[in-house]
Amino acid sequence: MATKATRQSFGEALVDVGAQYPNVVVMDADLSKSTMSCLFAEKYPDRFFEFGIAEANMIGAGAGMALAGKIPFVCSFACFITGRFDTIRMSVGYTHSNVKIVGTHAGIGIGEDGHSQMGLEDIALMRTIPGMIVIQPADERETKQAVEFAAAHGGPVYLRLTRQKLPDVNGDDYKFECGKGVQLAEGSDLTIFATGGTTHHALKAKDLLSNQGVDARVVNIASLKPMDEELVVRCAKETGCLFTVEDHSIIGGLGSAVAEIAAEKYPVPVKRWGILDVFGQSGSPDGLYTEYKIDAHGIAEAAAEFYKSVKK
Amino acid sequence: MAFELTRDISTLKSYARSIRMNSIKMLTEAGSGHPGGSLSAADVVAALLFGVMKHDPANPKWEQRDRFIMSKGHCIPAWYSALAAAGYFGEDELINLRKFGSPLQGHPDRMRLDALEASTGSLGQGLSIALGMAMAGKMDNASWRVYCMIGDGEAQEGQIWEAVMAAPKFKLNNLTVILDNNNGQIDGYVEDVMPLTPIDAKFRSFNWHVIAINGHDMEQILKALDEAQAAQDRPTLIWAKTLKGKGVSFMENQVGWHGKAPSVEQREQALVELAQS
Repeated sequence: MATKATRQSFGEALVDVGAQYPNVVVMDADLSKSTMSCLFAEKYPDRFFEFGIAEANMIGAGAGMALAGKIPFVCSFACFITGRFDTIRMSVGYTHSNVKIVGTHAGIGIGEDGHSQMGLEDIALMRTIPGMIVIQPADERETKQAVEFAAAHGGPVYLRLTRQKLPDVNGDDYKFECGKGVQLAEGSDLTIFATGGTTHHALKAKDLLSNQGVDARVVNIASLKPMDEELVVRCAKETGCLFTVEDHSIIGGLGSAVAEIAAEKYPVPVKRWGILDVFGQSGSPDGLYTEYKIDAHGIAEAAAEFYKSVKK
Repeated sequence: MAFELTRDISTLKSYARSIRMNSIKMLTEAGSGHPGGSLSAADVVAALLFGVMKHDPANPKWEQRDRFIMSKGHCIPAWYSALAAAGYFGEDELINLRKFGSPLQGHPDRMRLDALEASTGSLGQGLSIALGMAMAGKMDNASWRVYCMIGDGEAQEGQIWEAVMAAPKFKLNNLTVILDNNNGQIDGYVEDVMPLTPIDAKFRSFNWHVIAINGHDMEQILKALDEAQAAQDRPTLIWAKTLKGKGVSFMENQVGWHGKAPSVEQREQALVELAQS
């Protein structure tokens, strides 16, 4: 199984859309070697702009570029770029500027750098902006298609990417569709919704749950806004309870998005799993996934407990 | 067809007077808003739209137009008044300022009014948008220019200085920023709230071309805007020293008039004074 960091796939995809769209420009805030926008900078130096450690101005300049007909990708770590929330809400959201905001190094999966560099609230923030599309791919194929979608879409997009390598979870014939989730594995007892760095762990958790006699369905949600309401409702009807897992605060992220739909359209028990309203910390990426119980074992344990509490 | 510009000083002064009078009328009708900064900005606004900028009221999205961004978005009544006088919409629309469903939002919303380039109102952001537009213009070798008005109180925002740092790096000689230095903000005088002096030296130290003018002297304004167009390798700051509430005796230099609408009686007095100015 191929494994690649979604930021690496992103860097390669940017070069591809750069060839396809002459109006694509890329901006970075002194992290181009980390966000991998440096690949675009090498290929298209005249369309790459280094803004230094000044994210707000970069985002605003992206809005200005977009209003003058360019298709800017503004890149930094998820925490830093969405930390300039007011600039995004006003200069991108309210202004309806065609800016692609790229936040890499999402979640505790970044590891040793610790909490200050971990984007753990970015999905929640970006979801609140009218018109903002929020996408988190789970593997290389999905990342490349998400970048292509972002370039083609006329409007603001937030793209959330990981630092850590991710194995393929989608098949060769996978086609990313905005507003659509994808069922990766069948199951009838409960549905596990996962996104980004947790998706491949959720697939392994399915096997562990199966050993305990729990038949879990696994759904990957790359399009966090708009959400696939029809799929959430169908899973609620067919499996009776929903479990979500994300490398993001359980407040405002995937779990909230699923719970909102279930509560309004087809109420069933929902368990939100992820970063439980606590800060991150230093550690190895794998070690942190284990400690915060969002690796396969942690997911299986939490999902089994939830299932028992619901179905007994 | 592009708007026919004028360099006649008395005509431009008359436009500025009309901008002030209409700003007072709209704000009184709205019952809220920001007269002080609209009045301080009126002369520069008149010089830009009627004397300098290429634009076409019949085609607000004309590609070759010069762009203007009111970064200090609360002073947009001055710009709305100028747009109406130029024919972008009827002057009768002005009384709908701040009313439900109006294209004339309390702070500019470009999605509701074609003639606006950006939505502003959270201070410190318009300059970055202007900077991005100027960068795009450079990439395309465009002949259009970008103008951006900021306030002195607004310059307390950190994002302003991020943009001030970036514009010379990208050699944006197609970007002209006008600092409407009226010395006032909501909580008091700028020098008391958070001093910025010497603001001209700050811009110079960031490698800007700086022109200091009296922001109510039409000849100086035009000369500075022309000089900015001639800048070869860097952006220009026109440091316009102005009077908050200019033209209305009881508003002049009174910070209390930053964000308060005149009463009907005050409106009448203001209009009498402005008509005689």
